[in-house]
Amino acid sequence: MGYMKAKHLGVVVAVATGMALSAVAGEIRGKITLKGTPPANPVVKDLSADPNCSKLVKEAVHVPMYRVGADGGLADVFVTLAGITGKSTGASAPPAVLDQKGCQYVPYVLAIQTKQTLLVKNSDPLLHNVHATPTAPGNKERNEAQLAGGPDLKFSFDAPEKFLRFKCDVHPWMFAYVCVEDHPWFALSSEDGTYVIKDVPPGKYTLEASHRKLGTLKKEIEVTDGVVNVDFVFEVK
Amino acid sequence: MSGASSSALHRFAVLTACAVLVLIGAGGLVTSHGAGLAVPDWPNTYGYNMFFFPVSAWIGGIFYEHTHRLLGALVGLLTLVLAVWMHGAPARPWLMRGGWVALVLGATVLLLAPARWQDAVVLGGSGLAALIASRFWPRCAPQPTRLRRLGLLALVLVVVQGVLGGLRVVWLKDELGIVHATTAQLFLILMAALALFTSRAWQRFQSGPLAQRLRPLRPWYTWTSALILVQLILGATMRHEHAGLAVPDFPLAYGRLWPATDPESVARYNRQRVETRAYNDITATHIRVHMAHRLMALVVTGAIAAAWWQTRRRLEPGHVLRRVTAFWLLLVCVQFGLGAWTVWSNKAADVATLHVVVGALTFVTGALLAIAAHAPNVRQSAPLPRAVPAAMATAS
Repeated sequence: MGYMKAKHLGVVVAVATGMALSAVAGEIRGKITLKGTPPANPVVKDLSADPNCSKLVKEAVHVPMYRVGADGGLADVFVTLAGITGKSTGASAPPAVLDQKGCQYVPYVLAIQTKQTLLVKNSDPLLHNVHATPTAPGNKERNEAQLAGGPDLKFSFDAPEKFLRFKCDVHPWMFAYVCVEDHPWFALSSEDGTYVIKDVPPGKYTLEASHRKLGTLKKEIEVTDGVVNVDFVFEVK
Repeated sequence: MSGASSSALHRFAVLTACAVLVLIGAGGLVTSHGAGLAVPDWPNTYGYNMFFFPVSAWIGGIFYEHTHRLLGALVGLLTLVLAVWMHGAPARPWLMRGGWVALVLGATVLLLAPARWQDAVVLGGSGLAALIASRFWPRCAPQPTRLRRLGLLALVLVVVQGVLGGLRVVWLKDELGIVHATTAQLFLILMAALALFTSRAWQRFQSGPLAQRLRPLRPWYTWTSALILVQLILGATMRHEHAGLAVPDFPLAYGRLWPATDPESVARYNRQRVETRAYNDITATHIRVHMAHRLMALVVTGAIAAAWWQTRRRLEPGHVLRRVTAFWLLLVCVQFGLGAWTVWSNKAADVATLHVVVGALTFVTGALLAIAAHAPNVRQSAPLPRAVPAAMATAS
């Protein structure tokens, strides 16, 4: 009886703490824009190296180095709170998915937490090899075959790393990047350049915005229980 | 050893050396196409015994990596035959025993692990081939002990080389790729030397006066070959960094005589790169290695020109070695041009591969000249081929 009471009390305390935390959590929003004209995204020319790919994909394939909207909104920018470690909830987070579709990785840039499961799918009717090439100590390189219709491959990484590359050596034009963070307070900018980071505990932080080709911009911010707007402007140099 | 058998052995050694050169070219295609890890398993290929991997699946990067592996197996077989052939008629019983062992192993695999029937077929087939070969094995005398040992060394080296290539795949270590590429060049030298040593021209050369006259040229050929080897290692390092071109312009480097390698400049170079392949980002070290390769190209070209000049000074006009060193100089000039073309073509796979092949030819030419200049005085020391016991010669 005493045990049941203590258990109920524990649940009540946990719920109350959670509510209190979410009640004081803030949100970071903003927009990433690109100033200047970036180089054109290159066209993949050697698709016919695998006749199965050239049968599957009829239109020209571009490497999406820069995805820029009409108003200059820049996609695929990884926005994160810098310098925070050991706060990952990745082990209990739902898996993220990286697909191989039309002899390309989809999406081109993805963000996950450390220890979060990343499922790599093969939606193509042909084989690929999935080759993760991390550079941060603690993350292991892996190279595995994935046949057409084969089961999803599971990956997870222990160390934070920006733009960890996945590639297919059978089709050398196929590559994608995964940003791994050691906490849940990050976002990727969408097609129009906007991003939202929710449930951020109040405090002072360094907010970093990183683009694979354009580098990293930083801003010092203070999060309260409201919404903080932080925009970044990258420049083509 | 009969003249016919001797010349057949020599021709076979030449064929093997040529096959090694082709294999090096195939390896160059693998790295040029970034296909070294297109087959993630080894010694199998996508779970198949490599000899059973369906041709329909030889696509994209798999084509380059898989054909490289098959060519490697062919070179291994040729090296094995050459090494056994050098043992002459006495090798016949060993061939027969080896054949039976392989047959029994094949049958055992089939019985104990029927799912691995492909491996059983390869083992059994090899055993059968060895048994058939033992029926028609040449009845020639063994080659001199030194040659036989070199043949066995080649056999060990080709096995080590195959394992190195395999481990590079399963251990995912770029460094092993550099060792694999360098061992390939050394193996080519060994096979070319075996082809030279089994030739009649070599016997004439050793017993003639020319060997003595080449002695002053020893340092020129030897040190130049050593410089070429260093240059080949630098080249292999560049290829196995998988970073594409670390310096995209030539003869300048990022518009300067010597490029800036501070972190800001390197970050700028990476930003400016257009990526159509999954190349690694370049680093300051990549740029330094690239520049060292360019400088070494000048040093090697100068050294070969000097060796050619020294040869001209010491040998009379029309002498065959004058022509060989002129060919050497021509090769290095072509190689220099191919290096420049590799940069201008943004490392086009066919150009970059040709650069690897001509580099290997330049090295082998220098190494054979160095070997000739170090030829021992055989009039005193060469052992006569061992006589074949009469019973053995008539056994079959």
